[in-house]
Amino acid sequence: MIKKEKNKLNKLDYNIRLSRNICNKLLTYTIIVFSLISIIPLLLVLIYVLIKGGSQLNIDLFLLEPQPPGSQTGSAGGIGNAIIGTIIITAIASLIAVPIGVGGGIYLAEYSKGGFFSKFIRFGTNVLAGVPSIIAGVFIYAVVVVTKVIIGSSFSGVAGGMALSILMLPMVIKTTDEGLKLVSDDLRKGALGLGATMYTTIVEITLPHAFKSIATGIVLGLARAAGETAPLIFTALFSYYHISSFNDIFYEMSSLSVLIYNFALEPYSAQNQLAWAASFILIFIVLILNIFSRLFSRRKSY
Amino acid sequence: MKSELKNKFTLRLRSSSDKWIDSGFKNLSVAMATTVAIVLFSILIVVFIESKASIQNYGLNFLITSEWDPINNRYGAFTAIYGTVITSLVSLLIAIPLGIGTAILLTEQILPRQITEIIGLMVELLAAIPSVVLGLWAVFVMEPFIRPLLNYIHLHLGWLPIFSTEAVGPGLAPAILILVVMILPIITAISRDSLEQVPNRLREAAYGIGATRWCSLFNVILPAAISGITGGILLALGRAIGETMAVTMIIGNSNNFSWSLFAPGYTISALLANQFGEADGSQISSLMYAAFILMIMTLIINIFAQWLVKKLSLKY
Amino acid sequence: MTNKTKISLENVSISYGESEAVKNVYLKIPAGKVTAFIGPSGCGKSTILRSINRMNDLIEKCSLKGRVLYEGQDLYSPNIDPIEVRRKIGMVFQQPNPFPKSIYENIAFGARVNGYKGNMDELVERALRKAAVWDECKDKLKESGCSLSGGQQQRLCIARTIAIEPDVILMDEPCSALDPISTLKIEETMHQLKKSYTIVIVTHNMQQALRVSDITAFYNAEVASGKSGGKIGYLVESNDTEKLFNNPDQKETKDYISGKFG
Repeated sequence: MIKKEKNKLNKLDYNIRLSRNICNKLLTYTIIVFSLISIIPLLLVLIYVLIKGGSQLNIDLFLLEPQPPGSQTGSAGGIGNAIIGTIIITAIASLIAVPIGVGGGIYLAEYSKGGFFSKFIRFGTNVLAGVPSIIAGVFIYAVVVVTKVIIGSSFSGVAGGMALSILMLPMVIKTTDEGLKLVSDDLRKGALGLGATMYTTIVEITLPHAFKSIATGIVLGLARAAGETAPLIFTALFSYYHISSFNDIFYEMSSLSVLIYNFALEPYSAQNQLAWAASFILIFIVLILNIFSRLFSRRKSY
Repeated sequence: MKSELKNKFTLRLRSSSDKWIDSGFKNLSVAMATTVAIVLFSILIVVFIESKASIQNYGLNFLITSEWDPINNRYGAFTAIYGTVITSLVSLLIAIPLGIGTAILLTEQILPRQITEIIGLMVELLAAIPSVVLGLWAVFVMEPFIRPLLNYIHLHLGWLPIFSTEAVGPGLAPAILILVVMILPIITAISRDSLEQVPNRLREAAYGIGATRWCSLFNVILPAAISGITGGILLALGRAIGETMAVTMIIGNSNNFSWSLFAPGYTISALLANQFGEADGSQISSLMYAAFILMIMTLIINIFAQWLVKKLSLKY
Repeated sequence: MTNKTKISLENVSISYGESEAVKNVYLKIPAGKVTAFIGPSGCGKSTILRSINRMNDLIEKCSLKGRVLYEGQDLYSPNIDPIEVRRKIGMVFQQPNPFPKSIYENIAFGARVNGYKGNMDELVERALRKAAVWDECKDKLKESGCSLSGGQQQRLCIARTIAIEPDVILMDEPCSALDPISTLKIEETMHQLKKSYTIVIVTHNMQQALRVSDITAFYNAEVASGKSGGKIGYLVESNDTEKLFNNPDQKETKDYISGKFG
């Protein structure tokens, strides 16, 4: 062995013909190609949405109601009510998911002592995060829409918001839990050592410290909820009309995502065009929320 | 003087409201945490109860027959189950090398940092694109674009059952490709985390004895990260199985069973999305049965994935 | 220093991004001897050591000026294969870093990587014997390398390096994470090894340098002139160990050594 090495000694030059070098180069190029393949869809989707949707931006798009397919006017109208609908449904979802999620996260991070119950809740949170979004829709359909438990309304914006909140809940719990766990224990001990109650410690010391990471999680949850469709198609359903009063949240409500779904499959090009325009707005909202959350998490507080 | 100062601390004896708030807050947070468990169990129980009629009627036959006939009330979900399994497995097969390859590129300093950061950001943004938008894109852009390619494959490999029909529009194959796009960011993100967790001293050890980059990757770094990566792959599988919108829009929604990937088909979630709105009676119950099957599939995969990822964190 | 020079550093400066870590090092490392690098922390002795087998390539933004010659060849000229360099110049790290594989595999892996075709069992035993860890692990070759104690792990890592039959062995504070008894064993191992290899060792322990080395190079650090306020290391002197410790050429060396020995 040593003898064999002796011949090669001093031959430190890079030898392109060595099988290991060829192999190495080949594999490296392969994964570069793989990564390019991975980002091509994003570029293509963004380009198409930008061209097909961005070209239709005008003031009517934001104000008008969409026209049913095949209507006489020839134009498909606008997506004003769908934008409002998406905002309202997402707001309802976060009104439900944020308090419950933050509360649950506080329990896991601050009160639980790693016993069976908290392990079980953490496990349940992860399982809930994996539940397909369509199942959340089916569930709310069965317990809210069919039974009409909410002041007698069947399909409604509220039901849609409830379905989305099931998807947001695990995200909010996880980020609250993880955000609070990152807060140094010294702060907690310092407050408790002064005779502060757990309540004061959490509300005035630990929660403000973890605010940024929790906010990041909530914003990401909002972005995910705003883009979801499956839970809405048979809970919030769809509407062609603007909402006019508060009570309208107990009736069918339109949303950008359901509008895209419905109009994409229509055989009328005016409606298809509107679906592209709605995609443009939806992607814009989702990306803004994502960038927003990135800004939140970049600026580290401590 | 001293007692005067003392009197200023009015709360030395905790007032009852103070105690009440403190314990109330704790109980509230416990209640919130419990809500998660309640929601999870209610979903399981509600879906099960709603599907009971159908489970009693069709039993396990539901899983192996492919008739879906609301008029004569005969239901079987085999087409949808086949579609779910084949689309998620094939898309996983394509996404695994792409995702792990990208994760390696992102962690192993192969390209300059600025470029890897941009690629990483783009993969993360890909995960943020709503599935319905991907569906729209698939319907109008991707499917027409790949159709000639699929037909070329059919022409030359048509004797294989999975390529045995001509591609004429929406079908399993475009659904598989759009699923690849959707699960790729998950596999990339989790593989990236797992690779980053491999201690640097292992890398140094491998390079220190003269291993090439790929030799150390295959023999040392990837094996050390394997349970995390497998967990990520399983999570992606769970996502692929449950993914609804984009698939519903591009899979063709047909209950006529065909082995061919180029024919239109169904997945369980597409079946639900497509039919639930207009269903009633025994059809609802059958759809709930399908939903129950979907739920059990994703539950098992997710629990297994969690167990694997936990195993990783114990290792180092 | 009559011996043949194995490695020579010619005006080597290394920087991490903007900040310079160590500058203008001229040093000759003789073949078949143990050369020790000593000096206060932050003086760049580890950085210099890692530059000899191009481990610094793994650190982003790390750049080197000057020349590192190994038997007359510049290791940093563009046609050099760093993998080939590391096969000639092995390295033992500060933290024991066995692979999460069996003890046997830990040794066999490196040998296989280097294309070893002979009897593997024999090689494993020979390497473990040379690293003086054979007796402790001959009965558990199938067990994980991580199941050994810290000292044993480090000797396993030395064995792993020996198994690839390098020409030079670099040791980066190999004993700093170990207890005194393990340290003693590793030093004994080194005495055995210097018969067949050129060894370069970084140590923060004066006595260790005195015990194991033939040549000692003393590095020191000064506050950088720039705005960064970081420290820049430089080589003060290198000499026969005995001379350096008893009668150094530089006053700086004398101060440091007398300070350390009290």
